[in-house]
Amino acid sequence: MEVIPMRDGFILAAALFALGLVGVLVRRNVIFILMSIEVMLNAAGLAFVVAGARWGQPDGQVVFLFILAMAAAEVSVGLALVLELYHQYKSLDTDAISRMKG
Amino acid sequence: MTIVFYVAGAVAVVSTALMITRLHAVHALLYLIVSLLAVSVVFYALGAPFIAALEVIIYAGAIMVLFVFVVMLLNLGEEAARAERALLKPSMWIGPLILAGILSAEFVYLLASGSGGSYGTSIIGPRGVGASLFGPYLIGVELASMLLLGGLVGAYHLGWGKTQKPEVR
Amino acid sequence: MLELLWLVPAIPFAGALVLAVLGPRMSHKSVTTVGVGSVAASAIISILIAAVFLSSPPATGMYSQTLWTWIDVGSFRPQIAFYLDALSLVMMLVVTFVSFLIHLYSAEFMRTDDGYSRFFAYMNLFVACMVTLLLADNLLLLYLGWEGVGLCSYLLIGFWYQDPVNGLAGRKAFIVTRVGDTAMAIGLFLLFHSLGTLRIQDLLHAAQVQWSIGSPYAIAAAALLLGGAVGKSAQLPLQTWLPDAMAGPTPTSALIHAATMVTAGVYLIARTHVLFELAPPVQFAVAAIGAATLLMAGFSALTQNDIKRVLAYSTISQIGYMFLALGVGAWGAAIFHFMTHAFFKALLFLAAGIIIESLHHEHNIFRMGGLRKELPIAFWTFLIAGCSLAGLPLITAGYYSKDLILWSAGSSAAGSTGLWAAGIAGVVLTSLYTFRLIFLVFFGPVRTRVTNRPGLAMTIPVCALAVLSIVGGFDKAPFARFIATALPTLREAVGGITETLSSIVAALAFLCGLLGAWFVYQRNPALATAMVENPAGRLLHRFWFSDWGMDWLYDRLFVRPVLWVARVNKADVVDSIYDGLASLVTLCYRVLSLTETGKLRWYAAWIAGGTVAFVAVVMFL
Repeated sequence: MEVIPMRDGFILAAALFALGLVGVLVRRNVIFILMSIEVMLNAAGLAFVVAGARWGQPDGQVVFLFILAMAAAEVSVGLALVLELYHQYKSLDTDAISRMKG
Repeated sequence: MTIVFYVAGAVAVVSTALMITRLHAVHALLYLIVSLLAVSVVFYALGAPFIAALEVIIYAGAIMVLFVFVVMLLNLGEEAARAERALLKPSMWIGPLILAGILSAEFVYLLASGSGGSYGTSIIGPRGVGASLFGPYLIGVELASMLLLGGLVGAYHLGWGKTQKPEVR
Repeated sequence: MLELLWLVPAIPFAGALVLAVLGPRMSHKSVTTVGVGSVAASAIISILIAAVFLSSPPATGMYSQTLWTWIDVGSFRPQIAFYLDALSLVMMLVVTFVSFLIHLYSAEFMRTDDGYSRFFAYMNLFVACMVTLLLADNLLLLYLGWEGVGLCSYLLIGFWYQDPVNGLAGRKAFIVTRVGDTAMAIGLFLLFHSLGTLRIQDLLHAAQVQWSIGSPYAIAAAALLLGGAVGKSAQLPLQTWLPDAMAGPTPTSALIHAATMVTAGVYLIARTHVLFELAPPVQFAVAAIGAATLLMAGFSALTQNDIKRVLAYSTISQIGYMFLALGVGAWGAAIFHFMTHAFFKALLFLAAGIIIESLHHEHNIFRMGGLRKELPIAFWTFLIAGCSLAGLPLITAGYYSKDLILWSAGSSAAGSTGLWAAGIAGVVLTSLYTFRLIFLVFFGPVRTRVTNRPGLAMTIPVCALAVLSIVGGFDKAPFARFIATALPTLREAVGGITETLSSIVAALAFLCGLLGAWFVYQRNPALATAMVENPAGRLLHRFWFSDWGMDWLYDRLFVRPVLWVARVNKADVVDSIYDGLASLVTLCYRVLSLTETGKLRWYAAWIAGGTVAFVAVVMFL
């Protein structure tokens, strides 16, 4: 097994995380925001796995499993809410649904 | 193996960047799936085959499929794409890029100042992960299952009104 | 037996609590039992304690009982402790016994009133506070009782609160006495600051050791205490509240504003006599105030037409005599006069109450007349009390006590002929207004019919007090010996007025007044009206009727400026500071609520920005 520097793995995770963050902040469509959040979660999980691999322990992978479970639950509820939102407002623009203003 | 890691990493970054700039939701989803598959390859390269498999099966196979179903259900047509174009003005990118840039710079600074370390990686397969899950992380498993139950009930409840219209809501 | 001392204030206090809480739900009979019974028990215990104290007096002449430590802060440890010596024993005995008789009387007098239980609750509380005041071992506990009696006075003056006039009278009483109370409080601060203790006996010892005669501290402390006494005892210049306090029920006037509360000032000065002896200018001020007040009030009493107001001014005048005695160093004589005054003044008020009740709430003496035959009990008791007040020689208690004061004023080292002469003039005035009252009310034609007669509960107390008004003075010598165990005796000057000379002149003065009253009101009533019609006479009449214009003066001096300031400051400068604070907070709220845009990306951006900043802080600091 060859050596992969830990630093590079973290840089990859950081890049993916930053891209996901940009996606959340730029896009106004709710679906895109949720997708970008998934990207961020994935990036965080990647960081865990890299760290776990560095120490040669399964702990990183275990945490990634939990992140996976959490992402699954979050997506299912989130998308159900998105459907409800579309049903109510006929729009997926987050800036338009600012009734919690003030 | 190192080459595989770098190539897959590059693919992941590029496809994610492409994903956040698409106008059609379905296109973006497809790019996201590519990104996830690339990350799965990265996991394999790091010596975590079990997680690589799980990434494909669950993340790309279940969660993304859920996304696809919902997008299809919403039936966003061409006018939605046009609306997206209108919303995605170049001026909108400046703030987020600056923030993300600062964040990345901080990350790089942290990583550069730490000890890099090259070391051997060993393959930790399903057996190792399974032993860890049934051992020290048992509570986590139980909590995750409760979380999934909560998600299940929540999604079912929220989606109930779509098929039947009950009087009392 | 002496250990039961704490029960004397405690039983009426418990009675007051019970009546206050359960009163409205109790039956009339049980209210009477609790209300009168608690004071009766107090009186009985006082008599038993007195019997024990007199038969086998303690070696030091005093008995002290400590209940618990009230406050314990640094070196300040006042306790709830009672101190019994000759002075407090005499006063406690008189107060509880007269209170009991008055409570018995009120059981019948107030029987038809709606606030029956409330009345007895207040009266019981008053007795408890008064006894606490008298038995207090330290000045702080005394001040507690002082304030308590002030409160009860306010509550009872404004007892019939539905009429705003009564409430106003109560407020006036409270505010005017408050002025005195504040002076007294400052005096207490000064005493504690200089002498380090408020326990009366320790304080007096420390004062004698630390301060020389005429020391400015002693003068300041004594003057401030005098301020408090003047307020509570309705002397010049704080006497304006007492005539208006007659708005309360007659038993209240009898108890509080004749026999007991108004003498609290006299007690205070007698108790802290060492301080006054250390400040001769202040002691002289006491005598001067006493003399001036007794003359002023005497003139005012001469012109009143409300029977209770005549008696109120009479009270002010008689307390002036007590102050005069205190001022010349005749401490025992002042207490003796207090005792006899309590008897005959309470009796005068109670008899007046009988008259007022029987004539269906008629207060104006010019509308009364000829009640000699109609209300014999009231007539004879009123006559006895009036003679005692005026000082009918040899057979009334008032004669002996007043005579003692007059002689002391003339013969004391601190007295003078001038003070004696003022006292004699006071005797003439007292006799004059007393017999004016008697002639107008009991003699002459009947102007208002009698509607009902008093019952047993009202007759027994007045008869008992009548007996005491006669025999109360016969124990002059043993009393003087007894009180000398607690208070210093008179220092006589060389070549002062002899006792016989003083007695004869006083008797002549009494006769003068009697004859004058008889002549004007009985023989030649037209003369009285002629005197008032005369322009000079009318002016004098109005002047004396309005208490020498003091109400008018205080209104101009104090009331109007305060009201003016209140009007000017209607927007309330001080309040605007707090309003400003509130406006500032509201402003911040408005600014911050701008961040709640309701837009998801806005919130996400802020979270991201915050995270970046936080990471930077952690990394670089």
